[in-house]
Amino acid sequence: MPIETHRSDDGKTLTICVEGRFDFSTHQSFRDAYEHSEPTVSHYVIDLSDTTYLDSSALGMLLLLRDHAGGDGARISIENCNSDVRRILSISNFEQLFSIR
Amino acid sequence: MKVLLAEDSASDRLILARLVSRLGHTVIEAEDGTEAVELFRETQPDLVLLDALMPRMDGMEAARQIKALAGERLVPLIFLTSLSGAGDLARCLEAGGDDFLVKPYNRVILEAKINAFNRMRALHQALSHQRDHIRRQNQQMLDEQRTARRVFDNIAHTGCLDAPNIRHHASPLSVFNGDVLFAAQRPGGGTLVFLGDFTGHGLPAAIGAMPVAEIFYGMAAKGFGAPDVLREINRKLRRILPIGMFCCGLMIEADFKHNSLRVWNGGLPDGWLLRAGGYRVAIPSRHLPLGVQEPDQFSASMTVLDAAPGDWLVMMTDGLPEAPNSAGESLGEEGVLSVLAGLKAGQEPFEALLARMQQHTGKPELADDLTLCCLQMVRAEAPEVMPDKIPESALTGPADWHCVYELREQTLADFNPLPLMLHICMEVPGLRSRSGEVYTLLSELYNNALEHGVLALSSEWKTSPGGFSRYYQERTRRLGNTDGHFIRFSLGHQPREGGGTLTVVCEDSGDGFDFTEYSDTVAHQQAASTGRYAGRGLEILRRMTRNLKVHGRGNRVEIVYDWWFPDAAITSGA
Repeated sequence: MPIETHRSDDGKTLTICVEGRFDFSTHQSFRDAYEHSEPTVSHYVIDLSDTTYLDSSALGMLLLLRDHAGGDGARISIENCNSDVRRILSISNFEQLFSIR
Repeated sequence: MKVLLAEDSASDRLILARLVSRLGHTVIEAEDGTEAVELFRETQPDLVLLDALMPRMDGMEAARQIKALAGERLVPLIFLTSLSGAGDLARCLEAGGDDFLVKPYNRVILEAKINAFNRMRALHQALSHQRDHIRRQNQQMLDEQRTARRVFDNIAHTGCLDAPNIRHHASPLSVFNGDVLFAAQRPGGGTLVFLGDFTGHGLPAAIGAMPVAEIFYGMAAKGFGAPDVLREINRKLRRILPIGMFCCGLMIEADFKHNSLRVWNGGLPDGWLLRAGGYRVAIPSRHLPLGVQEPDQFSASMTVLDAAPGDWLVMMTDGLPEAPNSAGESLGEEGVLSVLAGLKAGQEPFEALLARMQQHTGKPELADDLTLCCLQMVRAEAPEVMPDKIPESALTGPADWHCVYELREQTLADFNPLPLMLHICMEVPGLRSRSGEVYTLLSELYNNALEHGVLALSSEWKTSPGGFSRYYQERTRRLGNTDGHFIRFSLGHQPREGGGTLTVVCEDSGDGFDFTEYSDTVAHQQAASTGRYAGRGLEILRRMTRNLKVHGRGNRVEIVYDWWFPDAAITSGA
């Protein structure tokens, strides 16, 4: 599975790990990962430690998640990006929308 | 199912024909190979049973001809043979047979084989139908794309992309890959260029491109500057695009008169300003792409750069650095940079980048999904008189009027009144063909009143290297406090025989300037020769108008501008 999710013990944080290429082929599974999450979830962590590549459709998916999680009030952190992934996120200035660590 | 049976032995034929028809199939009988080929042509059977050894034409030759006649259609061909040598049987299959049936015939095996081939035939037929369907659909889609492209061209047109100082590569169908490239001359001179890259491909990207084209060309022609156009594009895309779809873009506003550039990059790879002497300035993405943020959060703040005639601007979509070579490796932004760093004096970046791409991909043709545009700074030319495209409507409209338009306080910082005032003037019959000149008059008056009057900025700063950027920083800072200030435009127009006269008075709340030197010809020539901007601005106004007067303490400038119909002689003679 290129996408794995786990919930914190208190049920408030949902972590989504994307493995390999984060592009249009992961569209459905990425959506499934958060759309069926419990209503208790208030914080999302996108763990990209095993993501090798990220394209503009992945940026679109992140925006969809942000919208799902409440738009401007969404709490989403993107973590452990490699330098290529980090570069694509910063070209699009996604630091302004997500907390990237 | 129709079965063609070719067998020279009458008794064998009779037995087999009965067997096959009992299985529920129609049997067509032939006595030799020649007849078999003829009957095949006439009756188009679904399956052929063919004796290998027959007079006139043997089964091998008949098989070859039948397979040729069948073309793409799969017609299973089963050899009937009493041969049993492996070589003979192999020859049957080489001649185009799909299987063989060894005499004497076994009913069960015959039935099983006919059924198996019938299944294969049905599968092949289904696949061919689907393939034909896909082929037709694809053809239809390509036709539709070509038509859509023509519609898009009517809206987007090429603008001034064909100008001698612009080089660009964009595939004809690039809009369906989400790439858009627009360029327009601004009414008062200067050029606006927008390169955009929508997320996604195909129809959604193309549909999103349509309003962007309309906004860009519509607003550019009305004299709006890059920030206004960007704000409007973002507002529109935010409203019409689904969440997750957006447009990365790079906007350039080149001002050839003042040798300055305003640039904005949201999500595209670094653009580059290439100055003389191999000096490079990156134009990195500092903003979110268009269509992501709500209008109140969107920032259209532009970076100001000094430039000189001959400098090149390079912008590209990510298809260029990301294009793979045969090993799947991309050039990367480092690769692009190394091409730009290796440019020799006088070498055009456009040619060098294209050559590098061809070398990298090993293909003479560039992929559809990369767009590259280079713009060269040129010396400012006098505004052109635009050919009037709609002469009839240009002959009716208000000709005798007067209006006063005053901007106060915070509005001075927030609002650009030039498009509105240009619009009022363009209602005058015949004046539309002078929109470039009128825009220049209005913008020189307005900028003079705002920058040197209200904001009291010193044009001296602009003479030092890099001072232009400092000037603009200070301009932005001072726009934060415009309490108690105003700029008042009084516009008036009177018709004259064969033309008209436009009078504009621009007054501001600033301290004015010592204008006595500008009222006498000798001093004004000295001012022009020192190259000071304020002198240049007034010099432009003086050259373009019948009369220029500075009143009050130098905070009230009046111009009188005469114009004539291009065909005034004909009109007055009629």
